[in-house]
Amino acid sequence: MGLEYVRISPGFEKYMPRDYVDLVKYGPFGKQVDVMQMGQFKELVEEHPMCAGCYMAYFIRVFYAALPNPEDTIVLGTAGCARLALSQAAVPFIYGNYGDTNAVASGLKRALSIRFPDKVKDVVVIAGDGGLIDIGFGMTMHSWFRREKFTTIMVDNEVYGNTGGQESGMSPKGIQLKMAPLGKKFDKINAVELAKTAGCVYVARISPTNPKRIAKTIRRAILAARHFGPTFIHAYTSCNIEYSIPTREVLADARKREKQDFKFYEWMTDEVKEFFEELERKEKQEVKK
Amino acid sequence: MPEQRVVEPEYLILEAPRERKFITGSQAFAEAVKRANVDVAIAYPITPQSETMHLVGDLYAQGYVKDYYRAEEEYGAMSAIAGAVRGGARAFTATSGPGLLRGLEAIVSWPGHRIPAVLGIMTRVVNAPLSIQPDNVEIAYLLHSGLVVLHAENQQDVFDFTLAGFVISEKVDVYLPVVVATEGFFVTHAKGYVDLPPEDMKLPPRDPYKAPVPPTDCEIPPARIQRDAPVQKSNFMSYLIHAVWQQEVWSANRRAAKWIKHYLGGLIEVVNPDAEVFIVASGCAAAQGREAQRYATMEGLNVGLVKIKSLRPFPTNELREVLKNAKAVIVPEHNIVGWLAKEVKAAIPNSGIVVDGPRVYGGMTLPVELIMDEIYKAFGIKKEKKTVV
Repeated sequence: MGLEYVRISPGFEKYMPRDYVDLVKYGPFGKQVDVMQMGQFKELVEEHPMCAGCYMAYFIRVFYAALPNPEDTIVLGTAGCARLALSQAAVPFIYGNYGDTNAVASGLKRALSIRFPDKVKDVVVIAGDGGLIDIGFGMTMHSWFRREKFTTIMVDNEVYGNTGGQESGMSPKGIQLKMAPLGKKFDKINAVELAKTAGCVYVARISPTNPKRIAKTIRRAILAARHFGPTFIHAYTSCNIEYSIPTREVLADARKREKQDFKFYEWMTDEVKEFFEELERKEKQEVKK
Repeated sequence: MPEQRVVEPEYLILEAPRERKFITGSQAFAEAVKRANVDVAIAYPITPQSETMHLVGDLYAQGYVKDYYRAEEEYGAMSAIAGAVRGGARAFTATSGPGLLRGLEAIVSWPGHRIPAVLGIMTRVVNAPLSIQPDNVEIAYLLHSGLVVLHAENQQDVFDFTLAGFVISEKVDVYLPVVVATEGFFVTHAKGYVDLPPEDMKLPPRDPYKAPVPPTDCEIPPARIQRDAPVQKSNFMSYLIHAVWQQEVWSANRRAAKWIKHYLGGLIEVVNPDAEVFIVASGCAAAQGREAQRYATMEGLNVGLVKIKSLRPFPTNELREVLKNAKAVIVPEHNIVGWLAKEVKAAIPNSGIVVDGPRVYGGMTLPVELIMDEIYKAFGIKKEKKTVV
């Protein structure tokens, strides 16, 4: 919401739901919250129906705390696990047909740019490996080729979790899943290299072991998309159900995968690099003042 | 481009002076878009549609349309139209046959998302073996999804239906996509006379806040546009939410009727309302039906024509009234399944008077003689057939 629309008209506080009043008073609207302070402010997503121990749910919680401009952000999702939490957040959410996110986001972002040329309106897609790299592959790639100015975040659980555990293009080779009864016969798709080749200006791969780093990566991806072009984050968000990871082991698993094939990786164009250097220099000066 | 001034839809569509031009159906689509104050147009090539979106691309280059691009394919194009309209823009796209079916999942979700937009359809064979000719079976796929579906007979209809389509689709009590279908090639690539209002006038811009469903633009409350999709609720809630939503979409579809009457003079056009035998047709078949009606009158036969302009909402009451004393109803069509004949049979109490056909398919032309044969049969006239060897 534009900030003025979030605020409650004077005199109406006592009639608004408690939940909403708290959100306006103690939520992240109009300020940059510190992800390390989670638990001390009202979060944009609180209740969700995701499985106990779901690392995707954790990632999404951090995502909402990291938004640079939550009052002017629109999130798009698609069928899959992520939308179960995304649709419960206090940020406008668009849920269309399966795999259509990057086409819908293209139209949406262009419409907002026409209507609000002087305002910041961040558009962010968060969808799974199935939605972005299998069924929505063409639309994902073409939104990058066209250099559409929005962020795409792939929450990669390496499986169709929501439909009962089928192989996806992002499942590792050899793994036995439904619809891969003899084991997956081809490699995990290299989404990060595809994104670079297709024209993303900022690309990152992350295993969510460090909340501060997740938040910084998300913030950078959104800011770079605002000014320069498409950005992409490939996040490992394990499915503890289909991959039988005991709930208390999900963080250990994320650390293990970080060492194996999800080592933190960040790539950006020179232009974007200069932009962040300048931005971070200014922020340091602000702190000194 | 000339400086365009905004005028009221009533003036532009119903009152403004018109000048006669001799143009193709594709040009007629573009002339409507030129005056419709369109924000976003999204194109994807397919014969016979392509020329329309080329011309709309030229409008973008000239500044009439604010944004335009060639999409990755029709599913992407139709999804992006949904995104643009949800962002508050006025949007236009067009497609044909196989492209329509490729984009269909996205298109049939527009009514449920309450997406007011205009979709041009230039009919083309959809099934194998491959052909690009104007069979119109694809229209059958559009009749059960909540879309408003108008079927244009000629280039003039294409212009009028498209321009009015933007206005009708954005009415608060409608707020549904409007399809303007016409036969490929027969209309899109042939020229006809079209009376056009001045090109220095355009519709008012879309006001996305005058709406039963708010745009997703972070400018208006509530802070939470969407909570849970029905799929996340119990089965009972899921049925209920979807059921009432569909009821509302179809009620909105019916409410479009009064605006179609207001801007386009009715859901149907009737020639010779006191006829004994009627031809009921839509699109190009109505043009051939018009000729057959003229021939029959010249031969002293009391034949009438009902041209159906609006397939959804369907003119059930109007048909019942006009056909109440009819002896026979001939339904010529450009497809093998006879979707219009089925609609007409379902609409009137005495469906036995409906003649199934004549039908041509695969994109053939529809000779007036085929309709005349059915007229003679209806009057019990035996004609000798000359066979030329």
